[in-house]
Amino acid sequence: MSGMGARVIALAVGFVALVTLPYWMPGIYYINVSSQILFSSIFALGLNVLAGYGGLVSLGHAGLFGIAAYATGYMLQHGFGHPVAILTALVSGLASMALYAVLSLRATGIGFIMITLALGEIIWGLAYRWISITGGDNGINLHGRPQPFGIAINTANSFYYTTLVVFLVAFAAVAVFVRSPLGAALMGTRDQSRRMTALGYHVWAIRFWACMLSGLLTAVSGVLFVYYTQFISPQALDLTASAEVLLMVISGGAGTLLGPIVGAALVIVVKSVVSGFLERWNMLLGAIFVAIVILMPEGLVPGTARLWRLAWRKAGGRAARESEPKAVSKAEAKP
Amino acid sequence: MTFWLLLTVNSITFGGLLFLLAAGFSLIFGLMRIPNLTHGSLFMLGAYFGATFAGGYLSMTFNFWVAVLIATVLVAAFGTVIERFLLRQLPGQQMAQVLVTLGISFIVADFCLMVWGGDPVRVDTPPSLTGFLRYGPLVFPHYRLAVIAIAVAAALGLWLLLDRTRLGAMIRAGVDDPDMARVVGIRVSQLFTIVFALGAGLAAFAGIIGAPILSVYPGLDQDMLPLALVVVILGGSGSLLGSFVGSIVIGFIYNFGQALLPELSYFVLFLPMLVVLLVRPQGLFGRFVP
Repeated sequence: MSGMGARVIALAVGFVALVTLPYWMPGIYYINVSSQILFSSIFALGLNVLAGYGGLVSLGHAGLFGIAAYATGYMLQHGFGHPVAILTALVSGLASMALYAVLSLRATGIGFIMITLALGEIIWGLAYRWISITGGDNGINLHGRPQPFGIAINTANSFYYTTLVVFLVAFAAVAVFVRSPLGAALMGTRDQSRRMTALGYHVWAIRFWACMLSGLLTAVSGVLFVYYTQFISPQALDLTASAEVLLMVISGGAGTLLGPIVGAALVIVVKSVVSGFLERWNMLLGAIFVAIVILMPEGLVPGTARLWRLAWRKAGGRAARESEPKAVSKAEAKP
Repeated sequence: MTFWLLLTVNSITFGGLLFLLAAGFSLIFGLMRIPNLTHGSLFMLGAYFGATFAGGYLSMTFNFWVAVLIATVLVAAFGTVIERFLLRQLPGQQMAQVLVTLGISFIVADFCLMVWGGDPVRVDTPPSLTGFLRYGPLVFPHYRLAVIAIAVAAALGLWLLLDRTRLGAMIRAGVDDPDMARVVGIRVSQLFTIVFALGAGLAAFAGIIGAPILSVYPGLDQDMLPLALVVVILGGSGSLLGSFVGSIVIGFIYNFGQALLPELSYFVLFLPMLVVLLVRPQGLFGRFVP
């Protein structure tokens, strides 16, 4: 079996599993956990565009996520309809991302981490202290969810399917982006930014547009989050939240399509399912991250793929060796 | 007038604490180019250890200063372990460094919650410093003045260490140009361990010294880490003078901001850092752009 075939089959199985999920999950609680995993995956996919494909590690993305969520809540609180609220959320998320980009793209590497961290903290500070707008620690409560095309999405199942549709669109968008010339150029700026400049690429502009895609996905995720929880408070955008989404990306495998989704599933499952019967789940999460760095520094998805190939090669022996060079070259050609 | 003077003293005290915290962060960042996101956790761990040893551990109550010493040494040893066994394996891999330092900070935070619970732990001011200095209508607690003196003494000591000793010269060489330092025969990897242990010890020292003022509570780590970060970005990484000036500036902004503009206090806190980043990316006294 070639790597490509396995990939297609795995994606098809995953798709069918996601579509039929409400029918085989043991209860409403787990369907809701799945919705959380899906919108967190959108968030992680958005950050992965920057951190994984662009090499720009942001520790302030929860701020953008929060701005979209707060904008939705604020507009609804002031009597606007759902379409206006969602549009405002997306626009303000994108505008904040543009501001982030202008400020933080002056640096790369650790400098970029620090500036985004500071920007995220500023937004957190505003959410926490600017009580007249944000309600401070009490946050903003929402009442009701929108009805896209007249369909109520108040039940766990209907909300899950809405999230799934958005998730699939987001996933396809990132997949297309990564294969597009712009995506290739972005990876070029990550690996060889000087050479890209010498080749005539506008490195700053490429990074800026990557930021915008990342910001859009983050804002979409923020809107889904606030409709899911019906509540937004500063806790959703503090440093821990920014760290968590970055950990989703890195633990799953930065710069891979499936990595952020696996990472999101890992974090959300530990947070909401394991925490039900293990009081020290935070410690477990930390230990998992340290273990990943030691055992699979490239992340769970590429790490597992590496082990799989190794096992395949050993088990296959001489018969597999003939087809091996083909598989390896294919795997390497695909970033 | 009294209000302003008290606010000023509080600002300098807080600045002194920040300096103890940020000096180590800055050295680690400057020398090893590692964003040490455990630094807030080391501060909190030091504070909890200090509180435990000063407040009756195993039915013996240590003298406050002995407790400070024990806590500092314990956390410095912990820092050595982190550097030797984890960060050592990940040179130049920023994402792995971020992942592992955040992972450790999750573990430490949960460990503290498990051992010391969710309620704030109060640490009593050492008995010899409980008094007040009266000057006309003004009242200054001895302890706050002592913290300022300790911070200044620590700054002087660090300056002597970095500027006047052979070890300091090697560290400075490592900050300026690690590759060249290696070429001339300095064992930079050994310096990494020393600097990381020193930074961890300083953070813990700041934690326990600050405990009678700030008290110790879950989330203290997440409160302190961004402040250390702001100081280092403002002052410039790897620069002792930068950390000192940055700490005092941030100490003032933090206290005055909270008193005068409570709604926008965090905004005011991070604003000067942004301005510095835009105008002078290496920080006020920095030697290089991170």
